[in-house]
Amino acid sequence: MSIGHTFLGLLESGPRHGYDLKKTFDDRFGHARPLHYGQVYATLSRLLKDGLVELDGVEPGEGPERKRYAVTSAGVSDVELWLASAEKPEPYLQNTLYTKVILALLTGRSAADLLDVQRAEHLRLMRELTRRKAGGDLADNLICDHALFHLDADLRWLELTAARLDDLRRQVRA
Amino acid sequence: MTGQPLLEADGLHKAFGPTKALDGASIAIRAGEIVAIMGPSGSGKSTLLHCLAGIVRPDSGHVRYQGAEISAMTDGERSALRRTQFGFVFQFGQLVPELTCLENIALPLRMEGVRRREAEARAAEWLDRLHLADVGRKRPGEVSGGQGQRVAVARALVTRPQAVFADEPTGALDSLNGERVMRLLTEAARETGAAVVLVTHEARVAGYSDREIVVRDGRTRDIAREMEEAL
Ligand SMILES: Nc1ncnc2c1ncn2[C@@H]1O[C@H](COP(=O)(O)OP(=O)(O)OP(=O)(O)O)[C@@H](O)[C@H]1O
Ligand SMILES: [Mg+2]
Repeated sequence: MSIGHTFLGLLESGPRHGYDLKKTFDDRFGHARPLHYGQVYATLSRLLKDGLVELDGVEPGEGPERKRYAVTSAGVSDVELWLASAEKPEPYLQNTLYTKVILALLTGRSAADLLDVQRAEHLRLMRELTRRKAGGDLADNLICDHALFHLDADLRWLELTAARLDDLRRQVRA
Repeated sequence: MTGQPLLEADGLHKAFGPTKALDGASIAIRAGEIVAIMGPSGSGKSTLLHCLAGIVRPDSGHVRYQGAEISAMTDGERSALRRTQFGFVFQFGQLVPELTCLENIALPLRMEGVRRREAEARAAEWLDRLHLADVGRKRPGEVSGGQGQRVAVARALVTRPQAVFADEPTGALDSLNGERVMRLLTEAARETGAAVVLVTHEARVAGYSDREIVVRDGRTRDIAREMEEAL
């Protein structure tokens, strides 16, 4: 995720301190993985250097907490460009599960067991996310659903693979 | 597992002609828990559910409800058990097309001998609870698939059963409606203390369960439990 672009977007509603930016970012986008202060100030100083933000005022005293940042018009254009451009889809072609299945088949181990164990582990996480949705607001639901659909895709692949194991075993070991 | 399970199947075999639908399936359901039955198409999920619910008689093996052997019951006892202790939600086609949705929900109560006024008043409470207030007077053919499934959920729970059997309850619905049905079904079951036996091949639906049992070639596996025991 681009922290810089996200900061620029958050600054569009008005100048903020670094601490305030971090807190808003964590609340909205952090999902239990808060930013480090180091990341926050490194990002801000890069944006400053590139002319995408400027200092809106420095209060007297010491330390980074005294600085307020405002987005520049170059910064606004930058967010706009980011939002308008498509994200590159993950190719998903380097996959540990795939490697494990093929290796199990190659070595005469049970790929079916491996798939069953993985399914149980995926379902455990899916239950946790489903529970979290019940207690959360709509934004919470949105991010949990994103995770749930991806886990669901993994599981469908696992099912399909399980159904093809006999054919796969013949081909892999041929 | 401590205490007597609500419902228990042990070593079930069931063949349809040459097809072994169940080949030694076992499962135990505790009171109030939500258990997903998963597995590929044709693996025996629905047959297992039908055996648990006393709809299909296994060729061999035991099914016990609160410790009582279901296959030892008379047909009358078994259908009374289904009517008073169990509720059912299927993929579709379970509502009586000639009755309004309200009358459909009231039907299981009417069959128990509850008077019309009382039965429909209780059915109306379920309409509200499942956000269906405006479809009560419509017939099943006049409501959406999602609404129809919520009517089916209300009908399954109106008698306050001990166990609800749901076979692909969201199979014909899109994601949003499937989610609404699952939320309402599981919330209502938790509130009334009903156990739910949920057959599904969709992981996102199984996400609403407490645990899953996998059926493959007519045999059951409790993989999460095996993993725990292996630790
Ligand atoms: N009434 C029946 N007559 C003949 N064969 C049957 C009958 N019911 C089930 N079978 C067979 O028994 C096997 C198990 O069927 P079952 O309906 O239990 O599978 P399932 O896991 O529910 O599949 P699906 O996910 O497709 O609903 C299948 O091979 C099926 O064709
Ligand atoms: Mg079925």
